[in-house]
Amino acid sequence: MASDHVIETEGLTKEFKGFRAVNNVRLRVARGTIHALIGPNGAGKTTCFNLITKFLQPTTGRILYNGRDITAMKPHDVARLGLVRSFQISAVFPHLTVLENVRVALQRTLGTSYHFWKPETSVAVLDDRAMDLLEQVGVESYAHLQAVELPYGRKRALEIATTLALDPEMLLLDEPMAGMGREDIRRISDLIRRVAANRTVLMVEHNLSVVADLSDRITVLARGEILAEGSYEEVSSNPAVVEAYMGTGHG
Amino acid sequence: MTSTSRRASGGAGRNVDLIVFAVLVAALLVAPLAVYPVLLMKVLCFALFACAFNLLIGYGGLLSFGHAMFFGFAAYVSGYTVKTWGFSTELGILAGTAVAAALGLVAGVIAIRRQGIYFAMVTLALAQMVFFFCLQAPFTGGEDGIQAIPRRPLFGLVDISGDLSLYYVVLAIFAAGFLIIWRTIHSPFGQVLKAIRENEARAVSLGYAVDRFKLIAFVLSATLAGLAGATKALVFQLASLTDVTWQMSGEVVLMTLVGGMGTVFGPIVGAAVIVVMQNTFTGFGEWVLVAQGCIFVLTVLLFRRGIVGEIVAIARRRAAAGEAVGREAPAGG
Repeated sequence: MASDHVIETEGLTKEFKGFRAVNNVRLRVARGTIHALIGPNGAGKTTCFNLITKFLQPTTGRILYNGRDITAMKPHDVARLGLVRSFQISAVFPHLTVLENVRVALQRTLGTSYHFWKPETSVAVLDDRAMDLLEQVGVESYAHLQAVELPYGRKRALEIATTLALDPEMLLLDEPMAGMGREDIRRISDLIRRVAANRTVLMVEHNLSVVADLSDRITVLARGEILAEGSYEEVSSNPAVVEAYMGTGHG
Repeated sequence: MTSTSRRASGGAGRNVDLIVFAVLVAALLVAPLAVYPVLLMKVLCFALFACAFNLLIGYGGLLSFGHAMFFGFAAYVSGYTVKTWGFSTELGILAGTAVAAALGLVAGVIAIRRQGIYFAMVTLALAQMVFFFCLQAPFTGGEDGIQAIPRRPLFGLVDISGDLSLYYVVLAIFAAGFLIIWRTIHSPFGQVLKAIRENEARAVSLGYAVDRFKLIAFVLSATLAGLAGATKALVFQLASLTDVTWQMSGEVVLMTLVGGMGTVFGPIVGAAVIVVMQNTFTGFGEWVLVAQGCIFVLTVLLFRRGIVGEIVAIARRRAAAGEAVGREAPAGG
């Protein structure tokens, strides 16, 4: 049964000095789906993300990845299992070239990452593979520019290429569309749909049309708790969700 | 198009580095004809020290404010083992360097648990502990330091009692240290280290155990700083408290900043500028410190990239402009 869900959390709770940012969340992400996590500001979406990827340690609760308890693991070990995240602000390595950005992700497979005595040319064998990944996201013509010089939308594309370099089983995307224009949103949406074809994706996103367009299933968080879950139609017609977003109850 | 865009990245920059280094070494080989060798040796020792420091801050993004502990303590160890235990020159330098490496491992394990300013504060605190240990421990000679460290023939063969012959030994040590650092920067390890400097959280999310990379960089930096200190003790035949003070830790920060943090040659230029300035203006006493302070302020305010950093930036801008012109030409035709 457990194999139906890539990620399963049980009673996930995170307290910051008495404030419960995430409260008793039971999140299940089915294999091969795009699952969106939405909710008003401060609902605990990003905290949830940080907990699942182990960038934060939960106060209580368990996290299962493919049925395996990862609650006590370190973030880099979680990444090695194939659970790779992106960040709210674009997470590139600004003063490495675009090619190097992807190559540094590929480099771990060589097993020489600690070898400070080997020449840099020893990682050049990865250049072709890195270029392929850059082509997949359409930034190959920028390969030798420093990443800092890329336009914002291309940086997000590069970030996805870097993530794909690890060939992760599951991607966690933290607000992939934040700060993007319409043109870029369409391009990145297509890209996410493409890479999700044989993977599982969990994403936090504010842009509801993107969520409606991409996701198979949606979980709505409010004040650290799950408010509703289901398809976009189910969730958007749920009065509690509408209230949480519009805040009519407080008027 | 594809064939050119797939060329190995940074290849040109690497070759330029090596050509510049070859020219530098050639110049240093004949430099004693014009410059007093002891001054040159002092510059080389501090240049290696600053290069070692730069490996950590410029490529690992870690600001250590306690590097004098490796530099100064290695000087004591090599001085003591050579003078009191009768170690040969090469063994004395090796002992100082090895102890600095061990000290670096201990300090690194403690300091790397913290980040940013807290990391700097922990290294400063540890360096102060080493300073007070050196002040109190009997083997360091307290305020007197260890004086009259003998210059025994290198490998029992090469006489280094003369300044000129010792100079070439120091030059060889400096060149070896520089090449180790250069290789480290341009290695698979160096790539990951730079990625960690650029965005640590992202490096973690790519599956890298960043603390281990930082620790290796820290130990390498400490080891080479120790090599510089151990060599300096033999040059001046003296190991003293000056080299373990926090002012010494500050001086290496200054050298690196003035020359250009994160550039390959910056620390060498910075060390030369500061050492030569100190030597030239010794007559002015404390005013040297005032001048150093002014240089520091000016660098931070006006030349953020340091001397070499600014030169590289200008060259890049020129190259980019040239490339843009080159790209337009075929498009027009």
